[in-house]
Amino acid sequence: MSLIALPLLQQFVLVLAALVLFSSFVLLSQARLVSAIHAFAWQGGLVAAVTTVVAVAGDSTHLYFSALLTFALKAVLIPWMLHRLIRRLELERHVELLRWYAMVNMVAVALVIFSYWLVLPMVHEELAFTRNIVAISLAVVLIGLWMMVVRQQAVAQVLGFMSMENGLFLAAVSATDGMPLVVELGVAFDVLVAMVLFGVFFFQIRESIDSLDVDRLNRLTETVEETDAETGAGSRPMMVKSAVAEGE
Amino acid sequence: MDHLLSVAAAVAAVLQALLYAAAAPLLVGWIRKVKARLQNRRGPSVLQPYRDLRKLLGKEVRVAHTASPLFRAAPYVVFAATWLAAATVPLFAVDLPTTAVADLIVLVGLLALARFFLALAGMDVGTAFGGMGASREMLVSALAEPAMLMAVFTLAMTAHSTNLAGVIDFQLTSDFALRPSFLFALAGLVLVALAETGRIPVDNPATHLELTMIHEAMLLEYSGRHLALMEWAAQIKLVLYGALIANIFFPWGIAQSLAPSALGIAIAVIVAKLMLLGAALAVGETLLAKMRLFRAPAFLNLALLLALLGLLSHVILEVGA
Repeated sequence: MSLIALPLLQQFVLVLAALVLFSSFVLLSQARLVSAIHAFAWQGGLVAAVTTVVAVAGDSTHLYFSALLTFALKAVLIPWMLHRLIRRLELERHVELLRWYAMVNMVAVALVIFSYWLVLPMVHEELAFTRNIVAISLAVVLIGLWMMVVRQQAVAQVLGFMSMENGLFLAAVSATDGMPLVVELGVAFDVLVAMVLFGVFFFQIRESIDSLDVDRLNRLTETVEETDAETGAGSRPMMVKSAVAEGE
Repeated sequence: MDHLLSVAAAVAAVLQALLYAAAAPLLVGWIRKVKARLQNRRGPSVLQPYRDLRKLLGKEVRVAHTASPLFRAAPYVVFAATWLAAATVPLFAVDLPTTAVADLIVLVGLLALARFFLALAGMDVGTAFGGMGASREMLVSALAEPAMLMAVFTLAMTAHSTNLAGVIDFQLTSDFALRPSFLFALAGLVLVALAETGRIPVDNPATHLELTMIHEAMLLEYSGRHLALMEWAAQIKLVLYGALIANIFFPWGIAQSLAPSALGIAIAVIVAKLMLLGAALAVGETLLAKMRLFRAPAFLNLALLLALLGLLSHVILEVGA
């Protein structure tokens, strides 16, 4: 079944799914936390749009409700909460140094190809038109995971986590015509609770290591201070260097 | 009959090539006019680029005494290659002999040839600005070219042809479809066009005395008709990219036969499309500021990413099983 044979609405779903994938890349390459949150909000809005169009195309009423829920939660409420959090953490102007961003993007492209390869056996089965979107949503999940791997900032990692959830939701909507409403409500509630917990964690991390750079959790604070006091060259040059570099 | 048709087609092809050369300064004048209006200036007349070219063509050529013959030859090579490249892009009619002999890869190759000679000429005299401009031009083009080829391959894969006329024919004959791959390819190609024609986020065409200039820096040593040819080639390149974007992605209105009425409509349509694109470019240039040069790789990386996503979404979403 080629693209031309599909009704226009389903083609529109494909376009929106491709845009969700693109927003994943945009999210991955944002250095500023505020713009990353905006990119995440856009992704949530696009997922809600996909849900709406699937609802219109399949004429399934309960999907309208879940589109509304997705929009309220992922495009408005969670970005707003994150925004408030980083304002309270005074990270609004924080710019993260993105290392090897071209390489990171290329790995993400490789992840898209990998997820397509994984889904290929499914494509050979005669399934609904939305089967192609499964590859896209798997790629969104993997890119979210990849974002959690490459970023040091705790808030950016949370954004990666949330965008993984977006990918899963996209798969659920497109492949199985949406989950039962009870499950969906449960997931939405879980995401909300996770968000609140993350907020608490941010403050905890910050209190204990004075930064949200989770790479610092790998080090022992005492050792850094000792070597700092000795101004010891040689024994742990890496730590001294990083301590100097990060001394704010 | 067949013979007559091919004669008519050849005449149309020559006419199209001449139209490219003749209309190029007009588009630049139009963009400058719109931009001036947006900045609350009255701006020079739309015909000002023609006057500039005429004045430069009438002036004496001065060449630095360190210049090699390559420096004198480069303007002709650059102009000829750019013009030839433009002639292969359908402007108002699809079935022309020039579009049949050359495909998209030849087009990219011809543009690369012109750029190669432009950069060589920039380095030839040995001034600091020329070498700097050449090195920057090569930085930008080395990153823009893969993005352009990826975008072009997306189109070629969809149309099963690397021929531009084939791509346009496919667009016109197949039923309307929302193609995510075309959306991405369009976005990627627009970014590449901005970078390659030296428009604002990458290079500023309006200033002459800035340490950030790219294209102008290579032309600093040129004067007289050499400078006129170089400027003219740059203007033709702008129309080329405009026609490429307008005719590949929005081909409606282009003449599929060589009947005079169809050709007349097609010319009117392409003029409208180019005016719209030019106005959009002027609006974009008014809204945006020039990027730092070191941001240009990120910009072109985005173009490459968009083109790659276009290719991937074609494979994943459109081909299917």
